[in-house]
Amino acid sequence: MANELMNTMLNRLKTDFSVSDIIERKPALTTLKVARENAERLIRELRDREGFTHLSFITCIDYIEDGIFTLVYMLHNYDSNDTLGVEVDISRDNAEMTSIHTLWAQAWTYQRELREMFGINFPGSPRLEEDFCLEGWDDIPPMRREFDTKKYSSDQFGHREGRHSEQPREHMKVTLYPTRGGDE
Amino acid sequence: MSTTTGHSADLDFPQPEPIDMASGKYVKIWQGPQHPGITGNMSLELVLDGDTIIDCKTHVGYLHRGFEKLMEHRTFIQNFTVVCRIAVPEPAFNEYLYAAALENLSGIEAPERAQWIRTLNLEMMRLASFMMWIGGMSAAFGLYTVPNWTTAYRDYVLDLFEEMTGGRIYHMYMVPGGVRAGLPAGFAKRIREVMDGADKLLDQVERVMFNNTVFKARTKGLGIITPDMIDPYGIVGPNARGCEITRDLRKDEPYLVYDQLDFDVVSGSDSDAYERSYLRLQETRQSIDLIRQCLDGMPGDGPFQADMPNMLHWQIPPGQTYVKAECTRGEYGYFMVTDGSEFVRRVHVRGPSYTHAIAVMERLAVGTNIADIAGLMVSLHTYPPEIER
Repeated sequence: MANELMNTMLNRLKTDFSVSDIIERKPALTTLKVARENAERLIRELRDREGFTHLSFITCIDYIEDGIFTLVYMLHNYDSNDTLGVEVDISRDNAEMTSIHTLWAQAWTYQRELREMFGINFPGSPRLEEDFCLEGWDDIPPMRREFDTKKYSSDQFGHREGRHSEQPREHMKVTLYPTRGGDE
Repeated sequence: MSTTTGHSADLDFPQPEPIDMASGKYVKIWQGPQHPGITGNMSLELVLDGDTIIDCKTHVGYLHRGFEKLMEHRTFIQNFTVVCRIAVPEPAFNEYLYAAALENLSGIEAPERAQWIRTLNLEMMRLASFMMWIGGMSAAFGLYTVPNWTTAYRDYVLDLFEEMTGGRIYHMYMVPGGVRAGLPAGFAKRIREVMDGADKLLDQVERVMFNNTVFKARTKGLGIITPDMIDPYGIVGPNARGCEITRDLRKDEPYLVYDQLDFDVVSGSDSDAYERSYLRLQETRQSIDLIRQCLDGMPGDGPFQADMPNMLHWQIPPGQTYVKAECTRGEYGYFMVTDGSEFVRRVHVRGPSYTHAIAVMERLAVGTNIADIAGLMVSLHTYPPEIER
């Protein structure tokens, strides 16, 4: 029953919002793709008319090879217990997306994090410019695929020698028999 | 389609009036990141008018270790030892969800006995975590007897974990495909002994903490979450159940063997700090009951590990999944994307504190007395590490 309702809804979304790539990832988890310009309208529709009132999270997948960021909005319907992932592809250069901070109170925190970690801009989102986790960060956004954590760490902190250590066997000889120059 | 507790109107985010700090009427103080009344390393930037808070901003980042990035460069089995570090008081949920996500993506199913053992482990985890939380909550209001009892008793639960998994805090027990080992001989008897003691302890806690006039006076009416806040703020778990919302993933979308266990979703009527605390006490008792049910229902023998591919060269087909479980604070989830290689493409860890500690906290703090801010924070049960990952 729930599946029928879900299918009816998905068919309607196909016509009204030209959603594509509808994939059932596992029972009660479906993902779909929508164009950037329709995304905010679709999410609003899902929230207000289709009962997807819970926003689990917003996240981003970096497909550097295709030059796109895929934003994922995970929505949940508490009545039918269906979860729906709305995917939106945006360009990696000039990454920008419509803000949905007026739909959910926690959305702006996610948007603030995405701006810091991926460099995606959400015009109009509150406190977007404030640092989230990384105070005074001046490198490229660290969750982007091209950010090399190891290189960053060696450039930033330099090479540090390990502690001075002795070969145990030689060291014991010298310590125990100093007069014999380490000779047993 | 159905209409739920809908929010039709958009949320309003008015630009706050700038606070004239130079006027000398207000004081700005920082609660945390190092503070006895704070849960983990997180700080609140508070502006006070007298002793009333007029503005609150949450600052995180003190525990950021870049887990999600780290995991993109490690093999699946290497990540298994990383995930439990994400939430110190409740590592088992990370282990379970990481394993469940990989099993889901690679089409492996854990054997029945492993599923029972996992359920037992998760409920023991909930019990241990609640015990620590009860201590934090009562200490935030100056009752220092209860934390001594519950934190000490939690150690008996940690002893059980040590016997079961070899580790007290980080167990690394729920490996992809099952669990690492079966239960030791005579373990069920020892769990039952500890549970009997826990029952008695919780009765004492109820008498000393929940019937205490000072505790009641200070927590009743503190930080009220109204039903109309639940969906717009994404509130989950006991914080939501406090106001008559009976949502529990263990019941609504049963995972592991929760559909074979007998329990009711506990809910309250008015989600203030007292109600939420009392609800958590009841959930602690519920965990004890579920642990006993797990021991009764668990198959005595059978495999505890599915056949797995070579862990050193494990490749998972391209896919995407989101798995979730009900931790002590609500919906805890792992979103995972694989691309067919030996590495995960993207992991996103979803923790309930993300909204409880920031959006909800910043709203509830305004108008609260400075003396109650630590108690308010603990009553929301926030864990900063799951915000930062």
